[in-house]
Amino acid sequence: MQHRSTWWKTAIGIVLTLIMLFPVYWMINISFTQRRSIRSGDLVPMDFTLDNYTAAFNSQLPYLGTSLIIALGCVIVTLLIALPSSYALAILHIKGRKTLNFLLIVAQMIPAVVMALGFYQIFSDLNLLDTLPGLIVADSTIAVPFAVMLLTGFMTGMPRSLIEAAQIDGASQWTVFTRIVIPLSRNTIVTTSLFSFLWAWSDFMFASTLDSGGGKMRPITMGIYDFIGSQNQEWGPMMATAVLASVPTALLLIVAQKYVAAGVTAGAIKD
Amino acid sequence: MSTTQTHAPKPAKRIKPTTWAAIGFAAPLIIYMLVFYVSPLVQNISMSLHRYTRRTFVTGEAPWTGLDVYKEVVSTPEFWTTLRQTLIFVVLSIVFQYSIGLALAVFFNQNFKLSAGLRGAFLVPWLLPPMISGTIWQWMMDADSGLVNNLLGVFGLDPVWWLQADKSLWAVIIANIWLGIPFNLVILYSGLQNINGDLYEAASLDGCNAWQRFWKITFPLLKPVTMITLLLGFVYTLRTVDIIWIMTKGTGTSRTLATWAYEMAFGKGTSATIKYSEASVVGTILILVALAFALIYLWAQGKEEER
Repeated sequence: MQHRSTWWKTAIGIVLTLIMLFPVYWMINISFTQRRSIRSGDLVPMDFTLDNYTAAFNSQLPYLGTSLIIALGCVIVTLLIALPSSYALAILHIKGRKTLNFLLIVAQMIPAVVMALGFYQIFSDLNLLDTLPGLIVADSTIAVPFAVMLLTGFMTGMPRSLIEAAQIDGASQWTVFTRIVIPLSRNTIVTTSLFSFLWAWSDFMFASTLDSGGGKMRPITMGIYDFIGSQNQEWGPMMATAVLASVPTALLLIVAQKYVAAGVTAGAIKD
Repeated sequence: MSTTQTHAPKPAKRIKPTTWAAIGFAAPLIIYMLVFYVSPLVQNISMSLHRYTRRTFVTGEAPWTGLDVYKEVVSTPEFWTTLRQTLIFVVLSIVFQYSIGLALAVFFNQNFKLSAGLRGAFLVPWLLPPMISGTIWQWMMDADSGLVNNLLGVFGLDPVWWLQADKSLWAVIIANIWLGIPFNLVILYSGLQNINGDLYEAASLDGCNAWQRFWKITFPLLKPVTMITLLLGFVYTLRTVDIIWIMTKGTGTSRTLATWAYEMAFGKGTSATIKYSEASVVGTILILVALAFALIYLWAQGKEEER
Protein backbone atom coordinates (compact mmCIF):
# COMPACT_ATOMS: atom_id res chain seq x y z
CA MET A 1 0.00 0.00 0.00
CA GLN A 2 2.58 2.55 -1.00
CA HIS A 3 1.14 5.90 -1.99
CA ARG A 4 3.05 8.68 -3.55
CA SER A 5 1.67 11.13 -1.02
CA THR A 6 3.55 9.55 1.88
CA TRP A 7 6.64 11.73 1.64
CA TRP A 8 5.55 13.62 4.75
CA LYS A 9 5.50 10.36 6.71
CA THR A 10 9.07 9.78 5.63
CA ALA A 11 9.87 13.30 6.80
CA ILE A 12 8.31 12.68 10.22
CA GLY A 13 10.13 9.35 10.39
CA ILE A 14 13.45 11.02 9.72
CA VAL A 15 12.81 13.67 12.38
CA LEU A 16 11.86 11.02 14.95
CA THR A 17 14.96 8.99 14.12
CA LEU A 18 17.16 12.06 14.49
CA ILE A 19 15.68 12.80 17.90
CA MET A 20 16.16 9.20 19.00
CA LEU A 21 19.73 9.02 17.78
CA PHE A 22 20.70 12.46 19.00
CA PRO A 23 22.52 11.18 22.12
CA VAL A 24 24.62 8.94 19.89
CA TYR A 25 25.41 11.87 17.62
CA TRP A 26 26.35 13.88 20.67
CA MET A 27 28.91 11.26 21.65
CA ILE A 28 30.48 11.45 18.19
CA ASN A 29 30.40 15.24 18.26
CA ILE A 30 32.21 15.44 21.61
CA SER A 31 34.76 12.85 20.52
CA PHE A 32 35.98 15.23 17.78
CA THR A 33 36.01 18.36 19.93
CA GLN A 34 39.04 19.95 21.58
CA ARG A 35 39.10 19.86 25.33
CA ARG A 36 38.82 23.65 25.69
CA SER A 37 35.62 23.80 23.64
CA ILE A 38 33.79 20.78 25.02
CA ARG A 39 31.75 22.81 27.45
CA SER A 40 30.57 25.28 24.83
CA GLY A 41 28.03 22.78 23.54
CA ASP A 42 28.37 23.41 19.80
CA LEU A 43 26.14 21.26 17.64
CA VAL A 44 29.02 20.39 15.34
CA PRO A 45 32.68 20.03 16.33
CA MET A 46 33.75 23.62 15.55
CA ASP A 47 37.04 23.11 17.31
CA PHE A 48 37.86 19.93 15.43
CA THR A 49 40.56 17.53 16.57
CA LEU A 50 41.60 13.91 16.27
CA ASP A 51 43.68 14.05 19.44
CA ASN A 52 40.96 12.34 21.47
CA TYR A 53 41.20 9.35 19.17
CA THR A 54 44.98 9.25 19.42
CA ALA A 55 44.67 9.29 23.20
CA ALA A 56 41.94 6.66 23.14
CA PHE A 57 43.92 4.37 20.85
CA ASN A 58 47.08 4.71 22.88
CA SER A 59 45.49 3.88 26.20
CA GLN A 60 42.59 1.64 25.21
CA LEU A 61 43.98 -0.69 22.55
CA PRO A 62 44.78 -3.52 25.01
CA TYR A 63 41.25 -3.32 26.44
CA LEU A 64 39.75 -3.49 22.95
CA GLY A 65 41.89 -6.55 22.23
CA THR A 66 40.79 -8.21 25.47
CA SER A 67 37.14 -7.51 24.67
CA LEU A 68 37.58 -9.08 21.26
CA ILE A 69 39.08 -12.26 22.75
CA ILE A 70 36.35 -12.48 25.39
CA ALA A 71 33.52 -11.89 22.94
CA LEU A 72 34.85 -14.44 20.43
CA GLY A 73 35.48 -16.95 23.21
CA CYS A 74 31.94 -16.41 24.40
CA VAL A 75 30.55 -17.09 20.92
CA ILE A 76 32.46 -20.38 20.75
CA VAL A 77 31.34 -21.53 24.20
CA THR A 78 27.74 -20.56 23.46
CA LEU A 79 27.64 -22.48 20.19
CA LEU A 80 29.40 -25.54 21.63
CA ILE A 81 26.73 -25.78 24.32
CA ALA A 82 23.70 -24.64 22.37
CA LEU A 83 24.05 -26.47 19.05
CA PRO A 84 24.08 -30.10 20.25
CA SER A 85 21.45 -29.49 22.91
CA SER A 86 19.13 -27.79 20.44
CA TYR A 87 19.52 -30.86 18.25
CA ALA A 88 18.52 -33.04 21.19
CA LEU A 89 15.52 -30.82 21.96
CA ALA A 90 14.23 -30.19 18.46
CA ILE A 91 15.17 -33.24 16.41
CA LEU A 92 15.61 -36.04 18.94
CA HIS A 93 12.69 -34.87 21.13
CA ILE A 94 14.50 -35.59 24.36
CA LYS A 95 12.27 -36.44 27.30
CA GLY A 96 11.66 -33.61 29.72
CA ARG A 97 12.15 -30.92 27.11
CA LYS A 98 9.29 -28.91 28.59
CA THR A 99 11.06 -28.80 31.93
CA LEU A 100 14.31 -27.88 30.22
CA ASN A 101 12.53 -25.15 28.32
CA PHE A 102 11.10 -23.74 31.54
CA LEU A 103 14.50 -23.82 33.21
CA LEU A 104 15.99 -21.92 30.28
CA ILE A 105 13.37 -19.19 30.63
CA VAL A 106 14.09 -18.94 34.36
CA ALA A 107 17.83 -18.89 33.63
CA GLN A 108 17.33 -16.01 31.24
CA MET A 109 15.44 -14.05 33.86
CA ILE A 110 17.87 -14.42 36.75
CA PRO A 111 19.35 -11.01 37.58
CA ALA A 112 23.00 -10.72 36.59
CA VAL A 113 23.88 -9.39 40.04
CA VAL A 114 22.74 -12.66 41.60
CA MET A 115 24.83 -14.66 39.14
CA ALA A 116 27.83 -12.42 39.77
CA LEU A 117 27.60 -12.92 43.52
CA GLY A 118 27.38 -16.69 43.14
CA PHE A 119 30.18 -16.79 40.59
CA TYR A 120 32.39 -14.66 42.80
CA GLN A 121 32.49 -17.25 45.56
CA ILE A 122 32.90 -20.17 43.16
CA PHE A 123 35.57 -18.43 41.11
CA SER A 124 37.53 -17.46 44.18
CA ASP A 125 37.61 -21.13 45.21
CA LEU A 126 38.68 -22.20 41.72
CA ASN A 127 41.17 -19.34 41.24
CA LEU A 128 39.24 -18.12 38.23
CA LEU A 129 38.86 -14.53 39.43
CA ASP A 130 40.56 -11.98 37.16
CA THR A 131 41.11 -14.52 34.40
CA LEU A 132 39.86 -14.48 30.82
CA PRO A 133 38.44 -18.03 30.81
CA GLY A 134 36.45 -17.17 33.94
CA LEU A 135 34.99 -14.08 32.37
CA ILE A 136 34.26 -15.87 29.08
CA VAL A 137 32.30 -18.55 30.88
CA ALA A 138 30.41 -16.02 33.01
CA ASP A 139 29.54 -13.93 29.94
CA SER A 140 28.34 -17.00 28.08
CA THR A 141 25.58 -17.46 30.67
CA ILE A 142 23.92 -14.35 29.25
CA ALA A 143 23.66 -15.89 25.79
CA VAL A 144 23.23 -19.65 26.23
CA PRO A 145 19.50 -19.78 27.13
CA PHE A 146 18.65 -17.39 24.31
CA ALA A 147 20.81 -19.39 21.88
CA VAL A 148 19.20 -22.71 22.80
CA MET A 149 15.68 -21.32 22.48
CA LEU A 150 16.41 -19.64 19.15
CA LEU A 151 18.15 -22.66 17.62
CA THR A 152 15.57 -25.11 18.95
CA GLY A 153 12.81 -23.00 17.47
CA PHE A 154 14.50 -23.00 14.10
CA MET A 155 15.44 -26.68 14.05
CA THR A 156 11.90 -27.70 14.99
CA GLY A 157 10.68 -26.15 11.77
CA MET A 158 13.21 -28.01 9.65
CA PRO A 159 11.82 -30.44 7.06
CA ARG A 160 11.99 -33.85 8.70
CA SER A 161 12.03 -35.65 5.36
CA LEU A 162 15.66 -34.63 4.84
CA ILE A 163 16.72 -36.06 8.17
CA GLU A 164 14.72 -39.24 7.73
CA ALA A 165 16.12 -39.78 4.25
CA ALA A 166 19.64 -39.55 5.62
CA GLN A 167 18.81 -41.95 8.44
CA ILE A 168 17.43 -44.49 5.97
CA ASP A 169 20.73 -44.22 4.14
CA GLY A 170 22.38 -45.27 7.41
CA ALA A 171 23.71 -41.91 8.56
CA SER A 172 24.54 -41.69 12.27
CA GLN A 173 23.08 -39.01 14.52
CA TRP A 174 26.43 -37.29 14.46
CA THR A 175 26.47 -37.21 10.67
CA VAL A 176 22.92 -35.89 10.51
CA PHE A 177 23.83 -33.23 13.06
CA THR A 178 27.04 -32.07 11.40
CA ARG A 179 26.18 -32.58 7.73
CA ILE A 180 22.52 -31.63 7.59
CA VAL A 181 21.26 -29.78 10.64
CA ILE A 182 24.19 -27.44 11.22
CA PRO A 183 24.54 -26.32 7.58
CA LEU A 184 20.78 -25.73 7.34
CA SER A 185 20.82 -23.66 10.55
CA ARG A 186 23.46 -21.31 9.20
CA ASN A 187 21.37 -18.13 9.42
CA THR A 188 20.20 -18.82 12.94
CA ILE A 189 23.76 -19.62 13.97
CA VAL A 190 24.79 -16.22 12.62
CA THR A 191 22.05 -14.47 14.63
CA THR A 192 23.00 -16.38 17.78
CA SER A 193 26.69 -15.60 17.35
CA LEU A 194 26.06 -11.92 16.74
CA PHE A 195 24.05 -11.56 19.92
CA SER A 196 26.40 -13.54 22.12
CA PHE A 197 29.29 -11.48 20.73
CA LEU A 198 27.50 -8.22 21.41
CA TRP A 199 26.35 -9.16 24.90
CA ALA A 200 29.82 -10.28 25.94
CA TRP A 201 31.25 -7.09 24.42
CA SER A 202 28.72 -4.96 26.33
CA ASP A 203 28.96 -6.75 29.66
CA PHE A 204 29.60 -4.55 32.65
CA MET A 205 28.35 -6.61 35.59
CA PHE A 206 30.66 -9.61 35.28
CA ALA A 207 33.65 -7.57 34.16
CA SER A 208 33.36 -5.21 37.11
CA THR A 209 33.02 -7.98 39.68
CA LEU A 210 34.87 -11.05 38.43
CA ASP A 211 37.69 -9.28 36.61
CA SER A 212 38.17 -6.09 38.60
CA GLY A 213 41.83 -6.82 39.27
CA GLY A 214 42.64 -7.87 35.73
CA GLY A 215 44.71 -4.79 34.87
CA LYS A 216 45.09 -4.44 31.11
CA MET A 217 43.47 -7.81 30.61
CA ARG A 218 40.08 -6.27 31.26
CA PRO A 219 37.44 -5.56 28.63
CA ILE A 220 36.77 -2.15 27.09
CA THR A 221 33.76 -1.48 29.32
CA MET A 222 36.22 -1.37 32.21
CA GLY A 223 38.51 0.90 30.22
CA ILE A 224 35.66 3.40 29.95
CA TYR A 225 34.73 2.85 33.58
CA ASP A 226 38.24 3.89 34.63
CA PHE A 227 37.65 7.19 32.83
CA ILE A 228 34.47 7.78 34.84
CA GLY A 229 36.20 6.93 38.08
CA SER A 230 39.15 9.24 37.57
CA GLN A 231 38.95 12.60 39.29
CA ASN A 232 39.38 14.93 36.34
CA GLN A 233 36.95 13.59 33.82
CA GLU A 234 38.48 13.51 30.35
CA TRP A 235 35.30 13.69 28.30
CA GLY A 236 36.98 13.92 24.90
CA PRO A 237 39.10 10.74 25.05
CA MET A 238 36.29 9.05 26.95
CA MET A 239 33.79 9.71 24.18
CA ALA A 240 36.37 8.70 21.57
CA THR A 241 36.78 5.41 23.43
CA ALA A 242 33.02 5.03 23.58
CA VAL A 243 32.84 5.53 19.80
CA LEU A 244 35.51 2.86 19.29
CA ALA A 245 33.62 0.52 21.62
CA SER A 246 30.45 1.09 19.58
CA VAL A 247 32.04 -0.13 16.35
CA PRO A 248 30.73 -3.71 16.74
CA THR A 249 27.21 -2.35 17.20
CA ALA A 250 27.51 -0.22 14.09
CA LEU A 251 28.94 -3.08 12.05
CA LEU A 252 26.19 -5.35 13.24
CA LEU A 253 23.49 -2.95 12.15
CA ILE A 254 25.02 -2.24 8.77
CA VAL A 255 26.07 -5.77 7.87
CA ALA A 256 23.47 -7.89 9.59
CA GLN A 257 20.29 -5.93 10.23
CA LYS A 258 17.99 -8.73 9.16
CA TYR A 259 19.67 -11.16 11.55
CA VAL A 260 19.33 -8.71 14.40
CA ALA A 261 15.62 -8.13 13.84
CA ALA A 262 15.13 -11.90 13.59
CA GLY A 263 16.80 -12.35 16.95
CA VAL A 264 14.78 -9.74 18.81
CA THR A 265 11.43 -11.06 17.78
CA ALA A 266 12.27 -14.74 17.91
CA GLY A 267 13.44 -14.33 21.48
CA ALA A 268 10.10 -13.02 22.59
CA ILE A 269 7.24 -14.32 20.50
CA LYS A 270 6.44 -17.01 18.07
CA ASP A 271 5.41 -16.19 14.54
CA MET B 1 9.74 -18.89 19.80
CA SER B 2 8.22 -21.66 17.81
CA THR B 3 7.25 -24.74 19.70
CA THR B 4 5.03 -26.48 17.20
CA GLN B 5 6.23 -30.02 16.97
CA THR B 6 5.69 -32.40 14.13
CA HIS B 7 5.87 -35.80 15.70
CA ALA B 8 6.75 -38.43 13.18
CA PRO B 9 5.79 -41.81 14.57
CA LYS B 10 8.97 -43.77 15.06
CA PRO B 11 9.34 -47.52 14.93
CA ALA B 12 9.48 -48.87 18.47
CA LYS B 13 12.81 -50.66 18.19
CA ARG B 14 14.66 -47.42 17.35
CA ILE B 15 13.56 -45.62 20.51
CA LYS B 16 16.34 -46.70 22.76
CA PRO B 17 19.40 -45.67 20.75
CA THR B 18 17.71 -42.33 20.00
CA THR B 19 17.15 -41.72 23.68
CA TRP B 20 20.80 -42.36 24.36
CA ALA B 21 21.79 -40.07 21.53
CA ALA B 22 19.44 -37.39 22.83
CA ILE B 23 20.98 -37.59 26.27
CA GLY B 24 24.43 -37.41 24.74
CA PHE B 25 23.60 -34.34 22.71
CA ALA B 26 21.87 -32.62 25.63
CA ALA B 27 24.58 -33.50 28.15
CA PRO B 28 26.73 -30.39 27.58
CA LEU B 29 23.74 -28.14 28.29
CA ILE B 30 22.58 -30.10 31.32
CA ILE B 31 26.06 -30.09 32.86
CA TYR B 32 26.49 -26.44 31.94
CA MET B 33 23.22 -25.49 33.59
CA LEU B 34 24.02 -27.41 36.74
CA VAL B 35 27.45 -25.84 37.05
CA PHE B 36 26.78 -22.31 35.88
CA TYR B 37 23.19 -21.60 36.85
CA VAL B 38 22.20 -23.94 39.63
CA SER B 39 25.40 -23.64 41.63
CA PRO B 40 25.55 -19.81 41.70
CA LEU B 41 21.87 -19.81 42.65
CA VAL B 42 22.36 -22.35 45.41
CA GLN B 43 25.40 -20.40 46.53
CA ASN B 44 23.35 -17.23 46.64
CA ILE B 45 20.50 -18.76 48.62
CA SER B 46 22.89 -20.48 50.99
CA MET B 47 24.67 -17.20 51.66
CA SER B 48 21.37 -15.58 52.50
CA LEU B 49 20.76 -18.20 55.19
CA HIS B 50 24.20 -17.92 56.79
CA ARG B 51 25.92 -14.93 58.30
CA TYR B 52 28.76 -14.18 55.94
CA THR B 53 31.25 -11.46 56.67
CA ARG B 54 34.54 -10.69 54.98
CA ARG B 55 36.25 -13.10 57.38
CA THR B 56 33.82 -16.00 57.31
CA PHE B 57 33.69 -15.66 53.52
CA VAL B 58 37.35 -16.64 53.42
CA THR B 59 37.32 -19.25 56.21
CA GLY B 60 33.99 -20.72 55.15
CA GLU B 61 32.74 -20.94 58.74
CA ALA B 62 29.72 -18.71 58.46
CA PRO B 63 27.13 -19.63 61.10
CA TRP B 64 23.65 -20.74 60.07
CA THR B 65 21.08 -18.04 60.77
CA GLY B 66 17.95 -19.23 59.01
CA LEU B 67 15.75 -16.32 58.10
CA ASP B 68 17.35 -13.88 60.55
CA VAL B 69 19.13 -11.85 57.89
CA TYR B 70 15.88 -11.63 55.92
CA LYS B 71 14.14 -10.18 58.97
CA GLU B 72 16.98 -7.71 59.50
CA VAL B 73 16.94 -6.54 55.90
CA VAL B 74 13.16 -6.20 55.74
CA SER B 75 13.07 -4.27 59.01
CA THR B 76 15.46 -1.58 57.78
CA PRO B 77 13.87 1.60 56.43
CA GLU B 78 16.31 1.44 53.48
CA PHE B 79 14.62 -1.70 52.24
CA TRP B 80 11.24 -0.04 51.92
CA THR B 81 12.65 3.14 50.43
CA THR B 82 14.60 1.09 47.90
CA LEU B 83 11.58 -1.05 47.10
CA ARG B 84 9.50 2.05 46.48
CA GLN B 85 12.17 3.53 44.21
CA THR B 86 12.51 0.24 42.38
CA LEU B 87 8.79 0.14 41.69
CA ILE B 88 8.76 3.73 40.45
CA PHE B 89 11.77 3.01 38.25
CA VAL B 90 10.30 -0.16 36.79
CA VAL B 91 6.72 0.99 36.32
CA LEU B 92 7.49 4.40 34.82
CA SER B 93 10.17 2.90 32.59
CA ILE B 94 7.95 0.24 31.10
CA VAL B 95 4.86 2.44 30.81
CA PHE B 96 6.74 5.00 28.72
CA GLN B 97 8.84 2.46 26.83
CA TYR B 98 5.70 0.60 25.89
CA SER B 99 3.52 3.54 24.91
CA ILE B 100 6.23 5.30 22.92
CA GLY B 101 7.27 1.97 21.38
CA LEU B 102 3.68 1.23 20.40
CA ALA B 103 3.11 4.68 18.90
CA LEU B 104 6.29 4.29 16.85
CA ALA B 105 5.37 0.75 15.81
CA VAL B 106 1.98 1.93 14.54
CA PHE B 107 3.69 4.78 12.73
CA PHE B 108 6.33 2.58 11.10
CA ASN B 109 3.72 -0.02 10.18
CA GLN B 110 2.43 2.35 7.51
CA ASN B 111 5.20 1.30 5.14
CA PHE B 112 6.35 4.61 3.79
CA LYS B 113 9.58 5.15 1.92
CA LEU B 114 12.68 4.47 4.05
CA SER B 115 10.56 3.06 6.89
CA ALA B 116 12.58 -0.17 7.08
CA GLY B 117 15.90 1.65 7.21
CA LEU B 118 14.73 4.13 9.82
CA ARG B 119 13.33 1.31 11.91
CA GLY B 120 16.77 -0.30 11.79
CA ALA B 121 18.38 2.93 12.97
CA PHE B 122 16.03 2.93 15.95
CA LEU B 123 17.74 -0.23 17.18
CA VAL B 124 20.97 1.60 17.95
CA PRO B 125 20.21 2.54 21.58
CA TRP B 126 19.31 -1.06 22.31
CA LEU B 127 22.44 -2.55 20.73
CA LEU B 128 24.84 0.01 22.15
CA PRO B 129 26.60 -1.24 25.29
CA PRO B 130 24.54 0.20 28.21
CA MET B 131 27.86 1.34 29.62
CA ILE B 132 28.25 3.74 26.69
CA SER B 133 24.65 4.96 26.78
CA GLY B 134 25.08 5.63 30.48
CA THR B 135 28.22 7.65 29.82
CA ILE B 136 26.50 9.73 27.14
CA TRP B 137 23.50 10.47 29.35
CA GLN B 138 25.72 11.29 32.28
CA TRP B 139 27.43 13.91 30.14
CA MET B 140 24.19 15.24 28.68
CA MET B 141 22.74 15.63 32.18
CA ASP B 142 25.83 17.28 33.59
CA ALA B 143 24.68 20.11 35.83
CA ASP B 144 27.03 22.86 34.59
CA SER B 145 27.36 22.33 30.89
CA GLY B 146 25.16 19.37 30.04
CA LEU B 147 23.00 19.64 26.99
CA VAL B 148 19.76 19.04 28.87
CA ASN B 149 20.32 21.99 31.18
CA ASN B 150 21.42 24.17 28.26
CA LEU B 151 18.13 23.31 26.59
CA LEU B 152 16.19 24.15 29.76
CA GLY B 153 18.08 27.43 29.86
CA VAL B 154 16.82 28.31 26.38
CA PHE B 155 13.30 28.15 27.78
CA GLY B 156 14.34 30.22 30.76
CA LEU B 157 14.24 27.32 33.20
CA ASP B 158 16.72 26.83 35.99
CA PRO B 159 19.36 24.12 35.64
CA VAL B 160 18.54 20.83 37.34
CA TRP B 161 21.06 18.78 39.31
CA TRP B 162 20.05 15.68 37.44
CA LEU B 163 22.49 13.18 38.82
CA GLN B 164 22.03 13.92 42.50
CA ALA B 165 19.69 13.43 45.43
CA ASP B 166 16.01 13.31 44.60
CA LYS B 167 16.52 14.07 40.88
CA SER B 168 18.72 11.04 40.23
CA LEU B 169 15.76 8.67 40.00
CA TRP B 170 14.24 10.81 37.23
CA ALA B 171 17.56 10.95 35.41
CA VAL B 172 17.97 7.19 35.28
CA ILE B 173 14.32 6.68 34.34
CA ILE B 174 14.68 9.03 31.36
CA ALA B 175 17.84 7.28 30.17
CA ASN B 176 16.28 3.87 30.69
CA ILE B 177 13.16 4.77 28.71
CA TRP B 178 15.39 5.81 25.82
CA LEU B 179 17.23 2.53 26.14
CA GLY B 180 14.08 0.37 26.11
CA ILE B 181 12.09 1.96 23.29
CA PRO B 182 13.78 -0.04 20.48
CA PHE B 183 13.01 -3.40 22.09
CA ASN B 184 9.34 -2.48 22.50
CA LEU B 185 9.20 -1.05 18.99
CA VAL B 186 10.57 -4.18 17.34
CA ILE B 187 8.38 -6.65 19.20
CA LEU B 188 5.20 -4.60 18.86
CA TYR B 189 5.96 -3.96 15.19
CA SER B 190 6.19 -7.68 14.50
CA GLY B 191 2.91 -8.09 16.40
CA LEU B 192 1.29 -5.50 14.14
CA GLN B 193 2.58 -7.29 11.05
CA ASN B 194 0.59 -10.35 12.09
CA ILE B 195 -2.73 -8.48 12.16
CA ASN B 196 -4.78 -9.15 9.07
CA GLY B 197 -5.04 -6.01 6.92
CA ASP B 198 -8.57 -6.93 5.75
CA LEU B 199 -9.87 -6.08 9.21
CA TYR B 200 -8.82 -2.47 8.75
CA GLU B 201 -10.41 -2.24 5.34
CA ALA B 202 -13.66 -3.64 6.67
CA ALA B 203 -13.58 -1.15 9.53
CA SER B 204 -12.90 1.72 7.11
CA LEU B 205 -15.91 0.70 5.05
CA ASP B 206 -17.98 0.73 8.23
CA GLY B 207 -16.86 4.33 8.76
CA CYS B 208 -14.32 3.91 11.56
CA ASN B 209 -11.65 6.60 11.73
CA ALA B 210 -7.99 5.91 12.45
CA TRP B 211 -8.42 6.49 16.19
CA GLN B 212 -11.31 4.04 16.43
CA ARG B 213 -9.46 1.50 14.29
CA PHE B 214 -6.57 1.62 16.73
CA TRP B 215 -8.69 1.12 19.84
CA LYS B 216 -11.14 -1.36 18.32
CA ILE B 217 -8.76 -3.52 16.26
CA THR B 218 -5.07 -2.91 16.84
CA PHE B 219 -5.02 -2.66 20.60
CA PRO B 220 -7.25 -5.67 21.41
CA LEU B 221 -5.48 -7.89 18.88
CA LEU B 222 -2.10 -6.88 20.24
CA LYS B 223 -3.03 -7.95 23.75
CA PRO B 224 -1.01 -11.19 23.82
CA VAL B 225 2.07 -9.46 22.40
CA THR B 226 1.54 -6.59 24.84
CA MET B 227 1.41 -9.04 27.70
CA ILE B 228 4.72 -10.62 26.75
CA THR B 229 6.40 -7.28 26.03
CA LEU B 230 5.40 -5.91 29.42
CA LEU B 231 6.42 -9.09 31.23
CA LEU B 232 9.86 -9.15 29.66
CA GLY B 233 10.15 -5.41 30.14
CA PHE B 234 9.40 -5.81 33.83
CA VAL B 235 11.96 -8.55 34.33
CA TYR B 236 14.71 -6.80 32.37
CA THR B 237 14.08 -3.46 34.04
CA LEU B 238 13.98 -4.94 37.52
CA ARG B 239 17.48 -6.33 37.18
CA THR B 240 19.04 -3.25 35.59
CA VAL B 241 22.30 -2.26 37.19
CA ASP B 242 24.69 -0.95 34.55
CA ILE B 243 22.90 2.15 33.29
CA ILE B 244 22.05 3.29 36.83
CA TRP B 245 25.49 2.55 38.14
CA ILE B 246 27.29 4.43 35.38
CA MET B 247 25.08 7.50 35.74
CA THR B 248 24.69 7.87 39.49
CA LYS B 249 26.40 4.93 41.22
CA GLY B 250 23.00 4.22 42.75
CA THR B 251 23.18 7.32 44.92
CA GLY B 252 20.29 9.55 45.93
CA THR B 253 16.91 8.20 44.96
CA SER B 254 18.26 6.11 42.08
CA ARG B 255 19.08 3.11 44.24
CA THR B 256 17.05 0.05 43.23
CA LEU B 257 17.02 -3.46 44.67
CA ALA B 258 19.45 -4.64 42.00
CA THR B 259 21.98 -1.84 42.49
CA TRP B 260 21.61 -2.15 46.25
CA ALA B 261 22.51 -5.84 46.05
CA TYR B 262 25.41 -4.93 43.78
CA GLU B 263 26.88 -2.35 46.12
CA MET B 264 26.49 -4.53 49.21
CA ALA B 265 27.87 -7.64 47.54
CA PHE B 266 31.00 -6.04 46.21
CA GLY B 267 31.51 -3.14 48.60
CA LYS B 268 31.05 -0.51 45.90
CA GLY B 269 29.70 3.00 45.98
CA THR B 270 28.22 4.06 49.30
CA SER B 271 28.54 0.59 50.80
CA ALA B 272 32.03 0.70 52.27
CA THR B 273 31.79 -2.74 53.83
CA ILE B 274 30.94 -5.90 51.98
CA LYS B 275 27.68 -7.41 53.18
CA TYR B 276 27.44 -10.77 51.48
CA SER B 277 24.48 -12.09 53.40
CA GLU B 278 22.38 -8.94 53.08
CA ALA B 279 23.21 -8.76 49.38
CA SER B 280 22.18 -12.35 48.82
CA VAL B 281 18.93 -11.77 50.72
CA VAL B 282 18.06 -9.02 48.26
CA GLY B 283 19.35 -11.27 45.47
CA THR B 284 17.11 -14.12 46.58
CA ILE B 285 14.08 -11.81 46.61
CA LEU B 286 14.95 -10.87 43.02
CA ILE B 287 15.25 -14.55 42.10
CA LEU B 288 11.80 -15.28 43.51
CA VAL B 289 10.31 -12.42 41.51
CA ALA B 290 12.08 -13.72 38.39
CA LEU B 291 10.71 -17.21 39.02
CA ALA B 292 7.18 -15.90 39.45
CA PHE B 293 7.47 -13.96 36.21
CA ALA B 294 8.88 -16.94 34.34
CA LEU B 295 5.74 -18.84 35.32
CA ILE B 296 3.45 -16.00 34.24
CA TYR B 297 5.45 -15.72 31.00
CA LEU B 298 4.95 -19.40 30.21
CA TRP B 299 1.28 -19.09 31.00
CA ALA B 300 0.94 -16.06 28.72
CA GLN B 301 2.81 -17.82 25.97
CA GLY B 302 0.64 -20.90 26.34
CA LYS B 303 -2.43 -18.72 26.01
CA GLU B 304 -1.08 -17.14 22.88
CA GLU B 305 -0.44 -20.53 21.34
CA GLU B 306 -4.02 -21.54 22.01
CA ARG B 307 -5.27 -18.78 19.81
